[in-house]
Amino acid sequence: MTDLLTMTAVEARAALDDKSISAVELTEAYLGAAQATEALNAYTEITHDKARDMAKASDARLAKGEGGALEGLPIGVKDLFCTEGVETTACSNILNGYKPVYESTVTQNLWTDGAVMLGKLNCDEFAMGSANETSARGKVSSPWTVDGDGQDYAPGGSSGGSAASVAARSSLMATGTDTGGSIRQPAAFCGVVGIKPTYGRCSRRGIVAFASSLDQAGPIARTVEDSALMLQSMVSHDLGDSTSVAEPMPDLMGQINDGIKGLKVGIPSEYTMDGMADEITAQWQEGRKWLEDAGATCVEVSLPHTKYALPTYYIVAPAEASSNLARYDGVRYGARVEGGSLDEMYANTRAAGFGEEVTRRILIGTYVLSAGYYDAYYIKAQKTRRLIQNDFIEVFKEVDLLLTPATPSAAFPLGQKDVDPVTMYLNDVFTVPASLAGVPAMSVPSGLASNGLPLGLQLIAPSFREDTLVKAGRVVEKAAGFAAIASRAAGV
Amino acid sequence: MVSRVARLARIHIDEERLEPMAQELSAILSWIEQLNEVNTDAVEPLASVTGHALPLRDDVVTDGNTPEAVVHNAPETTSGFFVVPKVVE
Amino acid sequence: MTDNSNLVEGRSGLWEVVIGLEVHAQVTSQSKLFSGSSASFGAGPNEHVSLVDAAMPGMLPVINKYCVEQAVKTGLGLNARVNLFSVFDRKNYFYADLPQGYQISQFKQPIIGEGEITIDLKDGTSRQIGIERLHLEQDAGKSLHDQHPSKSYIDLNRSGVALMEIVSRPDMRSAEEAAAYVTKLRSILRFLGTCDGNMEEGSMRADVNVSVRRPGEELGTRTETKNLNSIRFIGQAINAEVARQIEIIEDGGAIDQETRLFDTSTGQTRSMRSKEDAHDYRYFPDPDLLPLQFEQSWVDEIKANLPELPDALKARLMEQYGLTSYDATVIAEDLETAAFYEKVADGRDAKLASNWMTVELFGALNKMGKTLAESPVTPEKLGALVGLIGDGTISGRIAKDVFAEMIETGGDPDAIIEEKGLKQVSDTGAIEAMIDEVIAANMDKVEEYRGGKDKLFGFFVGQVMKASKGQANPGMVNQMLKAKLDG
Repeated sequence: MTDLLTMTAVEARAALDDKSISAVELTEAYLGAAQATEALNAYTEITHDKARDMAKASDARLAKGEGGALEGLPIGVKDLFCTEGVETTACSNILNGYKPVYESTVTQNLWTDGAVMLGKLNCDEFAMGSANETSARGKVSSPWTVDGDGQDYAPGGSSGGSAASVAARSSLMATGTDTGGSIRQPAAFCGVVGIKPTYGRCSRRGIVAFASSLDQAGPIARTVEDSALMLQSMVSHDLGDSTSVAEPMPDLMGQINDGIKGLKVGIPSEYTMDGMADEITAQWQEGRKWLEDAGATCVEVSLPHTKYALPTYYIVAPAEASSNLARYDGVRYGARVEGGSLDEMYANTRAAGFGEEVTRRILIGTYVLSAGYYDAYYIKAQKTRRLIQNDFIEVFKEVDLLLTPATPSAAFPLGQKDVDPVTMYLNDVFTVPASLAGVPAMSVPSGLASNGLPLGLQLIAPSFREDTLVKAGRVVEKAAGFAAIASRAAGV
Repeated sequence: MVSRVARLARIHIDEERLEPMAQELSAILSWIEQLNEVNTDAVEPLASVTGHALPLRDDVVTDGNTPEAVVHNAPETTSGFFVVPKVVE
Repeated sequence: MTDNSNLVEGRSGLWEVVIGLEVHAQVTSQSKLFSGSSASFGAGPNEHVSLVDAAMPGMLPVINKYCVEQAVKTGLGLNARVNLFSVFDRKNYFYADLPQGYQISQFKQPIIGEGEITIDLKDGTSRQIGIERLHLEQDAGKSLHDQHPSKSYIDLNRSGVALMEIVSRPDMRSAEEAAAYVTKLRSILRFLGTCDGNMEEGSMRADVNVSVRRPGEELGTRTETKNLNSIRFIGQAINAEVARQIEIIEDGGAIDQETRLFDTSTGQTRSMRSKEDAHDYRYFPDPDLLPLQFEQSWVDEIKANLPELPDALKARLMEQYGLTSYDATVIAEDLETAAFYEKVADGRDAKLASNWMTVELFGALNKMGKTLAESPVTPEKLGALVGLIGDGTISGRIAKDVFAEMIETGGDPDAIIEEKGLKQVSDTGAIEAMIDEVIAANMDKVEEYRGGKDKLFGFFVGQVMKASKGQANPGMVNQMLKAKLDG
């Protein structure tokens, strides 16, 4: 059993092909692991029957030699993806009981390529959070612990359940979504790989919207190769999403080990902040050396508007969210709380259905769009966003890739009181700029902090250059030799 | 400000939450206001990161005629309609 | 403006009325603006609804190219500027029949900019009315309030259907002008095939902005009366609103800028109770959509294929057929009428054709409550009748009898004339015989006539016509009678 759980996706896919394992065995191992790690609360629902049926079908296709790229690989799905007939709530009470009659394009792409669905994964409510603490399905504990302190640590967010489950080996891979860092930050906190592709690569159709101009789906996996394998299946040009792009995706697996000789890498001087731990800076320095050792040239570059990315994001994202979440009104789906009039029904339903952080962001978003404030906030933010995007456009005229820390710190303990919203928002300080610019970025585990928690480095590439991203990610991964396993992972 | 915005957003906020919420929101807003340092005089607001034009689909009926799927998850329905508290115009 | 004809008399003097219209016209298309469900009327509850229309989580809008083309076509028909770059915005508000909690519309950058149309007034004059803009937007669903004492029922079949909102400048000064504007607009849309103009079915509705002021003074506060679905109601609502506003101001009050509804049973407008505090729509560009962009060459191609429009048709009718401005306006109002007319007039007396169509046929159809499309008399048969009058086969008076029969039976005029023996008598010998008989029977009157009593000529004509049962060719009777009596 344990052997099954230690295989990477690439290894497992090969073992399925040479019949040394079956999809049913692999799936059973993961269903067992999911159950064994239930205390982490990474899953909101384990879809045992569906998983077994899909695994059987995979074995049948494998037997006929018709296996797809992900045939038989068990995957967990963030609860933001609509899954046909399986409750999808974005971890919000307002969607309690909602069973979509449709499947999101991204998950459909995975199933079409043969992947097996294990269940739905916990996340921050409507993907709004950086610690998976805003979920209406309860907090998720990171499978990583700090020796002797007895505390539960945040898996990061919003794709906290996804990152925690991949790290805990209760899923082989998982889908995530990233609006301002929601794949990269939890991946870094949990010592796994996460990719936010170029905006438009993955269809948003069937993904519960948070901020439409920023939301992107992506993979969370144990290795760079696994994440590339999964990403290749997730992307598609979808006519059901007007922002989906037609640019063909390069063959990632075909060139992932090509190396980065001659690549020019920018080290942006603005990616630092007050009180940032020395070990973060040290990791960053080390990462630079790894890339140079592999034949890349590293140069200092500047992205002058970096500091304004976070406040820009906290206008744009809540503004879009306030409008995207208007549809949760208790009329067509989800929970309803009655009231004397239609407006009262709305106000009661939404008060009961939305948690604190979601409410806060809806109110901020409503405010910045409201008459008299629109120009000062929203338009100002969209102008600044252009400047931020221009920073990237300019810098990518000089370099092929950027290297930054993924997060300003390692994971923090769950349940910290008196953390004001703005302090929490600062977790995303290094991930938000790439989201605003729409460029692809990935987080790769690079080492452990002094307390034994994982740290990650972020790579950022120009739009549509996921190939550069995974090649460099592979270099960092090999050089880092990250082999640590979370103490609360299955089978440990 | 909170009660006005909450009414616009159709979210009921309990009386005792109004003041703390107001403080949280104003802390966030004053942090956001550092954007005023940025000179954006000659900058066009960003319309989309991709810079692509809107894709257009053909005028063909490809969807609908699934009324049961449409009301499948609704809290209250009757003979194919959604039902809400009476609206007075 | 020196023309005082439109001013309204109040207790304290004259008032000028200022009217602007926002017309919502449903785009003629198979499917909806942002989804592939049917845009047609008449389905069961929530049948023409996709998961996008019902705002299911994660379901996204994709725009219908044909609706964009229809908007461009309409813009060209309104002599308006076509914007090659436009943006879709979200208009945010909560309502039971608005599933997304926002309407996708165009706010700052509409697809069509300024234009103008010519309206034709009853006195035969024309005026230019400015068009401020046209934009594309989604329709909302429908709330049924009368099915249950404490509940409203929601049907989303209309949700997402493409509308063009066409906003005029406040250029109209009377209910008549507003009616003429809507009539003309509807004609243009119908000629273009971009909207069926069916106001009863709701595929065209108007919101009317009305204010009053003393002539030459600043604009007064306006009210918006929403959702008027007939030209008659538009006129009534304007007149009711004008009277109400003048009375309030003359009583020393002030007009509230507000949204009002027209009550068709009382003919009055009333204030809408809800919505006022919700007027902060928080427009912002829809992040699910990219800016709408297309090439000038596409616009040129659409332009090259535009059909003949009402103004051009009217001008052609006046020139080609010698019609008056009024007749040409009536005939050019819609394509069916014009096509009908051109068949009637084909190779015949055009003026006579116009009279028979607009007076006799329209009068008869009106009486029967039928439309032109339902006319029992085909244009070919009406044309034949006009031809028979023109070539002297029957007299105008006989033609009326024949026409009455045609309306009744849909019959062919030749057959009716044949069957009833109504053909005009133009045989010189037969007419001469009848004249001789009449003269012989009225010798005393002949003497009086010859003695100078000219007025008696009419008497003789009448007698001859009577003897012929109305079938004698009146021209020949006149000519021959005169020769006999004077000779």
